[in-house]
Amino acid sequence: MYSEIVMDHFRNPRNVGRIENADGVGQVGNPKCGDIMKIYLKINKDEIIEDVKFETFGCGSAIASSSIATEMIKGKSIHEAVGLSNKAVVEALGGLPPVKIHCSVLAEQAVKSALYDYAQKNNKVIKGLENYKPEDDEIHCQH
Amino acid sequence: MSKKLYLDNAATTRVKREVLDEMRQYFDELYGNPSSQLYELGRKSKQAIEKARKTLADFINADEKEIYFTAGGTESDNWALKGVAFANFNKGKNHIITTKIEHHAILHTCEYLEKFGVETTYLDVDRYGLVDLEQLKESIRPETMLISVMYANNEIGTIQPIEEIGKIAKEHGILFHVDAVQAFGSIRIDVNKLNIDLMSMSAHKLGGPKGIGGMYIRKGTRIDNFIHGGGQERGRRAGTEGVQNIVGFGKAVEIASRNLDERAERLTALRNRLVEGIKNNIPDVVLNGHPTRRLPNNVNFSFKYVEGESILLLLDMEGISASSGSACTSGSLDPSHVLLATGLDHGTAHGSIRFTLSEEITEEDIDYTVETMKNIIAKLRAMSPIKNDEDLKKN
Ligand SMILES: Cc1ncc(COP(=O)(O)O)c(C=O)c1O
Ligand SMILES: [Zn+2]
Repeated sequence: MYSEIVMDHFRNPRNVGRIENADGVGQVGNPKCGDIMKIYLKINKDEIIEDVKFETFGCGSAIASSSIATEMIKGKSIHEAVGLSNKAVVEALGGLPPVKIHCSVLAEQAVKSALYDYAQKNNKVIKGLENYKPEDDEIHCQH
Repeated sequence: MSKKLYLDNAATTRVKREVLDEMRQYFDELYGNPSSQLYELGRKSKQAIEKARKTLADFINADEKEIYFTAGGTESDNWALKGVAFANFNKGKNHIITTKIEHHAILHTCEYLEKFGVETTYLDVDRYGLVDLEQLKESIRPETMLISVMYANNEIGTIQPIEEIGKIAKEHGILFHVDAVQAFGSIRIDVNKLNIDLMSMSAHKLGGPKGIGGMYIRKGTRIDNFIHGGGQERGRRAGTEGVQNIVGFGKAVEIASRNLDERAERLTALRNRLVEGIKNNIPDVVLNGHPTRRLPNNVNFSFKYVEGESILLLLDMEGISASSGSACTSGSLDPSHVLLATGLDHGTAHGSIRFTLSEEITEEDIDYTVETMKNIIAKLRAMSPIKNDEDLKKN
């Protein structure tokens, strides 16, 4: 059902945990749907993501999607990270079953939501997030 | 990892050695068509079918003429509902009473019949999964033709008050169908004592082969024939019989009836060991189903703050096969309709795991399962945002 990469990230998720006093925090999903993702960012003065951690309540692909997403944005500038698409997450995972694509969407949204939080707190504008509203993250359950 | 623990016996069971041995000869030695009565090979097949039929009949205190073989529990459920609906529709009867926690073989068949004007009442259940007899009585109308209630639930194992329901049905002259697929073989069933008119059974839940089931139809019951064709099964369910499967079914029932009470007692002890083990070793769990009125081999827990599919994947890595009521495992939008009907919120329902035991399981297996679950739940909770938020609130 799942690719080797998905199973690897599920078995040994990277960057699990929290960051105290994180510069940006984003949470998306809800327990009704069975998936919640929370992403913590540590961003330095050069706007580089120095550290990233995640917490996820959800299925195997939700955990794998969050894990690989943190790897994909770690060390990147916030302007690069905001471009992370769910398609890129799916590709990096070696594919996801169709009913699990929503997990990769959640990962993309969680990253955007954390970056938005950072931008708000620091009065910054991140290109690509100008029209972003956190409520948009409340994507409906779609397994 | 060398251990292999199959704890999904409500999904299906291993075919018993004795069953397989009995079936074998009907593939390549005694392969005659049971309808070919003019030579011995055909007669042998026919005799084998009738022997199995008698075994089933004796087991539930029915007459052989009241037992029909079908392609499984799903077909029997379809036959019961459609057969009764089609036979009674033009008699001014169009109402069926069933429950919210039936198998999809019942629920989807009711939905289908509703297209033809059948009206269905879906009874609620309480937090343990039990129907309310008062609500049942209040739901009865002059047009009610059938009450269909499962004997025991496949997810949470709850055993319904079948005898009381049978009485109510009889008092009102309403036919009573019981989906006994999960109970059959582990609970002694007497169709006369329980006033059951129709009952669905399936072989693969009790060590028999897949794709073969049974239907009990009380003599005189108004029900249409189901599969039209040759004269097999007294013209009611046509098609050349799967002789080897019927033989296997009969053998499985024979074995089940031999040591039923002993087996139930042993399984109940193992079940309770697993329930206690999980309760005592893992915090924030909810036992789904009734504490005592449940199948001897069924354990179903919700583990708060974690999701069922992740648990199953981690269990599989430790060699344990189980199942979950989480939406993530079914490909559907919602978690199990059964768990939601018992009043569980979505989040808790997503974290449900069902273990269903077999005779092959030992106390050591149970302890291994508890220990494994303890580690898995701890691992998943450590990365759960809901769990960590709860902890922060407490501090
Ligand atoms: C309660 C119940 N009814 C019906 C069925 C369907 O039986 P079968 O698999 O033989 O079609 C099952 C099996 O999952 C069941 O548990
Ligand atoms: Zn999911």
